Amino acid sequence: MSTAAAELTLTRKDFVSDQDVRWCPGCGNNAILAQMQKMLPELGVPRENIVMVSGIGCSSRFPYYMNTYGIHAIHGRAPTLAMGLKCARPELQVWVITGDGDGLAIGGNHFSHALRRNVDINILLFNNQVYGLTKGQVSPTSPLGTKTRSSPDGSIENPVNTIGVAIGSEASFIARTVDVFQKHMSAVLKRAAEHRGAALVEIAQNCIIFNDGAWAHLSDPDKRLENVLYLEHGKPMRFGRKQEKGIRLNGFTPEVVDVAAVGEDQILVHDERAAEPTLAYFLSRMGPPHFPTPVGVFRAIRKPVYSELLMQQVQAAQAQRPPDLDALFRQGETWVVS
Amino acid sequence: MSASTKTRDQLQQVTVLFCGDSGDGMQLSGTQLSTTSAVYGNDVSTLPDYPSEIRAPAGSLAGVSAFQVQLASHEIHTPGDNPDVLVAMNPASLKVNLPRLKPGGVIISDQDAFNERNLTKADYTTNPLDDPTLRSSYRLHPVPISSLTLKALETVELKHAAKRRCKNFFALGLVYWLYSRPLEQSLAWIANKFAGHPLMAEANRRALQAGYHYGETSEAFAVQGSIPPAPVAAGSYRMINGNEAMALGLVTAAQLAQQALVYSSYPITPASEILHHLARWKHLDVRSIQAEDEIAAMGSTIGAAYGGAFAATGTSGPGVCLKSEAINLAVMLELPLVIVNVQRSGPSTGLPTKTEQADLLQALFGRNGESPIPVLAPSSPADCFAVAIEAFRIAVRHTTPVFILSEGYLANGSEPWRIPSLHELAPIEVQHPAEAEGVQPYSRDTSTLARPWVLPGTPGMEYRMGGLEKQPGSGSVSYAPQDHEAMCRLRADKVKRIAAFLPEIEITGPQQAALLVLGWGGSYGAVAAAVQRARHKGLAVAHAHLRYLNPFPSGLGEALKRYDKVLIPELNAGQLALLIRARYLVDAESFSRLQGRPFTIAEIETRIEELLS
Repeated sequence: MSTAAAELTLTRKDFVSDQDVRWCPGCGNNAILAQMQKMLPELGVPRENIVMVSGIGCSSRFPYYMNTYGIHAIHGRAPTLAMGLKCARPELQVWVITGDGDGLAIGGNHFSHALRRNVDINILLFNNQVYGLTKGQVSPTSPLGTKTRSSPDGSIENPVNTIGVAIGSEASFIARTVDVFQKHMSAVLKRAAEHRGAALVEIAQNCIIFNDGAWAHLSDPDKRLENVLYLEHGKPMRFGRKQEKGIRLNGFTPEVVDVAAVGEDQILVHDERAAEPTLAYFLSRMGPPHFPTPVGVFRAIRKPVYSELLMQQVQAAQAQRPPDLDALFRQGETWVVS
Repeated sequence: MSASTKTRDQLQQVTVLFCGDSGDGMQLSGTQLSTTSAVYGNDVSTLPDYPSEIRAPAGSLAGVSAFQVQLASHEIHTPGDNPDVLVAMNPASLKVNLPRLKPGGVIISDQDAFNERNLTKADYTTNPLDDPTLRSSYRLHPVPISSLTLKALETVELKHAAKRRCKNFFALGLVYWLYSRPLEQSLAWIANKFAGHPLMAEANRRALQAGYHYGETSEAFAVQGSIPPAPVAAGSYRMINGNEAMALGLVTAAQLAQQALVYSSYPITPASEILHHLARWKHLDVRSIQAEDEIAAMGSTIGAAYGGAFAATGTSGPGVCLKSEAINLAVMLELPLVIVNVQRSGPSTGLPTKTEQADLLQALFGRNGESPIPVLAPSSPADCFAVAIEAFRIAVRHTTPVFILSEGYLANGSEPWRIPSLHELAPIEVQHPAEAEGVQPYSRDTSTLARPWVLPGTPGMEYRMGGLEKQPGSGSVSYAPQDHEAMCRLRADKVKRIAAFLPEIEITGPQQAALLVLGWGGSYGAVAAAVQRARHKGLAVAHAHLRYLNPFPSGLGEALKRYDKVLIPELNAGQLALLIRARYLVDAESFSRLQGRPFTIAEIETRIEELLS
């Protein structure tokens, strides 16, 4: 961080744009926006060096409300713009704001490839398990049987697992949080921002109009302790009102156990830095009805970063060979006519 | 017969077609003859013609690979209509290419390859080399090329298969003798190419020389031709094909602005070679990306342009279909970038390795809404260099995406290129406002209507933009009816105004006459030559060529009206003709060809004569 950046005294207000926020009252997006605006000043990154890129959908209106640079692009393609931008300007901090439809349906290909390349961008995927802007159709994360306007008899599609796709795409940073978990979200977003390489944060987000309560088992304060497993690196995986329950591995199958009964040494310890994503994969499969839903950082490893490797190759080439355009013109057989 | 009894014949031009199986090395023989002749001082134009299968079954009709080259002692613009000489390395290649040989032309065939197996594969029931009609219609020279090559390499310690592969150099050597070509260039090439394999170098050198000496000593070849050098402008030259010229033009444009070039592309025939070249030029700050698909290539090009790089993507027609939504975003964001479409025969997968000009209307109209984009088209392989630079110049000055419509014919064809001195190339000026005072995201330059290219990272100028319609000036999202109309007209007007920065339409020949032939793109050479021939016959015909398809050059409408008839030859079903008729209410006549091949001079010349008779 440069000295100039260290001296920055930005506040939440510096990141609020002059546009009226037009999401529905009570939409989970409002909470995410508030946390981003609160967290960004803590990074010490000058506002002009931050770019928000989005696709299409409710989530993708996000850049308009952030007083940073921003592009509201086309459906599903935000990661491609972000990649091109990082190749031109590696020093910028680039965020991709997407949703379950934008990121996993129409833009599924780019989502996967941005993660595998490990382009140094941060992807926030707002998952509300429904299409909102087009007024309520089934999404790739809607559970089987979900009734929507496009699936009146219940969805006949198996949903995709966002974290699982990220693991399959060899992502180097994978996390999940929930729209109403203010402090937790802020910490996770900050971790994502500080990660070198592609960071994916899935945010369980409530669509109050078309899919209200989809994440109630997580957001409802009464049920939260029973249903949420807070992941912390190096800590045993415990949950419950009194942290009385834990996750144990029985052969190749995780199971919920009573910590007191089995002893804490039997409880799986979270390791977000594990070289292999096996543990992250176990965690990605957990959720209702038999398991708590893990939130926090599933995986955070160091891997070669596309945008850095690209610039290293450019610099290596420049060190080896003078940037001589005329010499390039004269490659191969030349002859002179006088 | 001794060598001294042979007669010499000075020629103005000759067209040679090398053909054989995909693995026979015919592309190499062709490029060697081209380079040798160019270095010798001839004007040269080439047409490689290869199958889309990487390795079609050996000996099959589908696997025939060909390379046509015209050498001349005067300026030429095409690889020649019909070959004077056909070098056929197997029965399939003879069968495929014989119909194109000039009546009375020379056939040199590897008679060793005309065995029963190969004859069957080529659907011959009898050996065509024994056909009396073939012998009487052409000057047929069956030569045991394979066995003569093996014999010449008897003492070289290489495997049989490796020796057989040298037969293309034997064939080349024979053609070198036939047209008095010096061997030095090819010998130097062999020495360089096989520097690490002395035996391979020795084998190819011997094969080349054996072919040459065969021509000298064989009684079958009584006449040795020669083609004197062509008068050309002074300077340094090299051979270049359209794809390499395009790649050089793109990197040169970025260098003229002292900017990085970001080139993002998805592999597609016949455009991939541009990516291959640029990927090797990182020392000139080229940042090449092989994207996961065509859409990502376009998206990352937009992202790079937004960041201030000189950004370009290259593809072919099917790729443009996929890119079109993102191209429209670039129109809406008004960002400078370049889209290269190396056109191939469509629709759909079409004929991937064959040429066509049928994406003109796609470039102009193939997107939703009113979406104006400037369109340029190179006229020859070397012209791709100049067009690439000009495309970026326009993109930056007018803040707009720009289409380049190249063609497979130009991309793969090569010709001598006069290497420019760097000081001949004007710098490209780039401005990125750093002061918010008086600048809005969509404020306008009063002359060009360009918007300011404000870069992320500029303090105090943070702004948001997207694919939604805007309010003029502020660029804020607006659904107001008058704002949408104003913005649509602004975007159209901005592209129209580019014409003021371009040269007026130029006409060669009579300024008022019975007929004007109007062409565009890669058909330039055939049209120019056909018009020239017609004029030599006394016909009142003029020629105009369009380098700018959008906007059309100033003065075009008036010019068209000075001629009784307008003929538009193009390799599509009449797309430019449709535009010209609609725009200028001129009764232009289309001359349309859809055979995956460039025009021949003769077919255009015939059409001109028909129209004027």
